[in-house]
Parts: sequence; structure tokens; C-alpha cells
Amino acid sequence: MNSVVKVLSIVGWTGMVTARSVAYFPSVLVRRTSRQALFTHLYQTGIRTLPVITVVSLFTGMILALQVGLELRRFNQEVYLGAAVMMSLIREMAPFSCGLCLAACVGSAIAAEIGTMKVNEEIAALEVMAIPPMRFLAAPRILALVVMAPLIAFYCCIIGTVGGGIVGHTQLGVDFRQYMASAMSIAENKDLAVGLFKALVFGLVIGSVSVAEGFRTKMGAMGVGRATQHSVIASFLMILMFGYMITRMCYR
Amino acid sequence: MSEIVFDSVAKSFGGEKVLDGVSFSVEKGEIFSIVGPSGTGKSVTLKHIAGLISPDSGTVSVGSRKIGYLFQGGALMAWLTVAENVALPLVETTSLPEKEIDDRVRAALSAVGLLDAADKYPEEISGGMRKRAGLACSLVRETDIVLYDEPTSGLDPVTAASINRLIVALNRERGVTSVVVTHDLESALAMSSRVMLLKNARILECAPPEEFLKSTDPAVMEFIAAAKGVLP
Repeated sequence: MNSVVKVLSIVGWTGMVTARSVAYFPSVLVRRTSRQALFTHLYQTGIRTLPVITVVSLFTGMILALQVGLELRRFNQEVYLGAAVMMSLIREMAPFSCGLCLAACVGSAIAAEIGTMKVNEEIAALEVMAIPPMRFLAAPRILALVVMAPLIAFYCCIIGTVGGGIVGHTQLGVDFRQYMASAMSIAENKDLAVGLFKALVFGLVIGSVSVAEGFRTKMGAMGVGRATQHSVIASFLMILMFGYMITRMCYR
Repeated sequence: MSEIVFDSVAKSFGGEKVLDGVSFSVEKGEIFSIVGPSGTGKSVTLKHIAGLISPDSGTVSVGSRKIGYLFQGGALMAWLTVAENVALPLVETTSLPEKEIDDRVRAALSAVGLLDAADKYPEEISGGMRKRAGLACSLVRETDIVLYDEPTSGLDPVTAASINRLIVALNRERGVTSVVVTHDLESALAMSSRVMLLKNARILECAPPEEFLKSTDPAVMEFIAAAKGVLP
């Protein structure tokens, strides 16, 4: 019973952090100092994670192509390799791998940073100075993730498709141009929109969970470690759950 | 006239009483020190005054909401320079022109002797300088009350004395009400108009320095002896 109450209180707290941070989004765009913070976080979220995202999405596409291609070859249907890879990436794998990378690279850093600020009383200092921590710390970080996640998911999709094409050409004997033509023929606007929407939701979830965990930090360095761990685990679980729910909602 | 009034304030954390029916008042413009062993609710008292936590029972009345708080580590934002940290409350909560903010930041940094370190980041300066920068954050906001949480802990005697001088100067020149939580009884007795001893979540003594030293309470006498380094 206690565990249920604890989980519900964490969910309630995370929901409140999300609502209050989202309410500050317009103020982040209007205030000069908040805009500067937003650009910093856009850079950290988008540009600094690009090397990891590139490797992850390239190999995701390569693995997909190899697994699907070997099966298609049994039926002499390699010509559809591009379509199969593109469909998997655009609908599911691109937002999913983007979400996992952002949770591991950015969400963990946010939880650790805010958690450290909490134990060092920097957040209390902001409150004493009448600076709302949700506006100053939470909103720019969450907004940066919301903006960047769909762009990164789109990038994942492109790199993953290229990765699939490389495997198709080198190991399955599929012509790269034929592969791309097959991939482009299957891609629909709806699939792209749903994939990007998923990524946007993942960005919001990762940002909110990480910020909420950071603000809940107690008990020094051990607490910071625990907050970081919780933020990554909770983000992974939420990505899976929201991923399923959005798919269920959009493809009935 | 009382600037801060505690009336039968009680606070517990996880079932453990940290403050138990604590009542005292701090007069406008005085330096009031709170001393006592670790874990007796001194910092919790400051957090009540700052409005960071609320009492479980009793009331805390504070005459002004313009409160500065010098945290133990200075509580500076790591990604901002010293000058940007000091400017932060003005930039974020006022619409003052940039020129005026710059002037006020320079004046505050000059008052705490940190003009030369204005462009340095918190990790590039010493613990004493971080505390002085934290104090400048209060100065720049022209607060009516400043709360000091262990302002001299972890500092060498010379730096500690310079911080104490700053506290007294701020009080004399600007009439700021100061509440100082400290382990350093000698400093508390030297600069405060009254000293309060907290132990086991209760007030054992609250008196001007001369009377405090003459207390006949065995626990107060023990604390004074321990602070003077007298072994039992």
C-alpha cells in the first residue's frame, strides 16, 4: 500500500512539474535571459548528442536491414527492403532510439545537475531571491527537449535509412537507388507526423521526469546518484508505455 | 520593533522533533546569533524565516519579504560568473536598465572586496570568496533582513574575521537586520546584540552577550566551556 502511495505521489509531483514548466514556456521565449538559456540547452540537447545518435541510428538501420533482408531474400523479395526499413524506422524505431539516447545522455545529466543544485542549496537560493526555479531551471531544459526530440528523430530516420541501404547494398545485393525508391514509396505523411509526435511526447516525458527527479533529490551525493538512476529508468519505461499508447491511438 | 517573531514554533522531520515550541523575536536592525550543537534546528530556524519551510504548529511572522540568505557554500550558479551571479536577482526579477544593474553589481562586489574576481566562475574562487559573493547577492537586492548560515565555517581565521567584519559593517551602514547561525561562539559574542542557544529543539538561553556568559544553566555553561576549548 505504501509503495502505491509513493508511486502515486511521484506521478503527481512529475505531473505538477510538467504543468508548471509548460506554463512557463511562453515566458522562456519572451525573456532575453531565458532565451539564452534555451539556446544553450538546445545546443546541449541537439548538437552534443549527435555523435551518439548518429552511431545508434546507423546501427539500428543496419540491424533492421540485415534481419528483415535475410527473411525477404528467402522469398526473393529484397526489392521491398527499403520499404520495410523505412516503415520500421519512421513509425517506431527512430523516435524510440532517439528517446532512449536522449534519456541516457540528456535526461540523466539534467537530473544530476538539478539534483546537485538541490543538495548544494542553489535551488533554495533561487527561491529566496524570488526567482521561480521552474521558470529558471526546468522550463528551458524541457522546452529544449520538446523542440529537439522530433528533429533528432527525423535525423535518426535519415541516418537509419542510409545505414539500412549500406547493408542492403553490401551484404544483400540490393541496389542503393532501388532501395531508396522503395523506402520513399512507402513513406506517408501520416507516418512521419505520428513518428515526430511520438518523439515530441518522449522529449516532454524525458524532460519532465528528469527535472522532477532532480528536484526530489535528498541526501547528498548518494541522492544525486539515485535521482539520476531513477530518471533514466522512469524515462525508459514511460517511453515504452507512451510509444505503445500513441501507436494504439493512431493505427487502429 | 520586532522584525521577526517566532511564536511556539514546532517542526519535525520523519518523526524527529527539530524545533519544539520555540518562541523568540528579533528586533529591527539588530544582529542576532543562534548557536548550538549540530542538528539542533539552527538552520531550520533560518529556513522558517526565509519562508523555505513552514512550521508544523505555531507561527512565524517576518516584517519584510526582502530577505537575503547566505548559504553555507555560497549557493552560486556554477555556469555564471561572479558578476552574473550577483546580477541574477536583478536581471530575473526587475526591469532595471542594464546600466543600473551593472552599477549596482559593481557597488555590491566592491563592498565585499570582489571586484577583481567579477569575471571568474565559482569553481575558480576560494570558499571565502564564494561566501562573499553570496553576500553580494543579498547586498545588490538591498534586502532588509540577511540570514547567515554558518558564514565562517571552513574558513581560515583571517578570512573568517573579514566575513564577520562585513556582517557588522552591513548592519551598521545599512541598518540590515541580521540573523547569524554559527558554531563560532566567540564571533557571535563579539558582534551580536543577543545570542540564543538552541539544544534538543528548545531554547536554552537567549540574552545579550554579557548576560549569556553569566548564565547559570549547566547546559549553557557546558557549551561555553566547550567553545572555549576547556576539557571536562
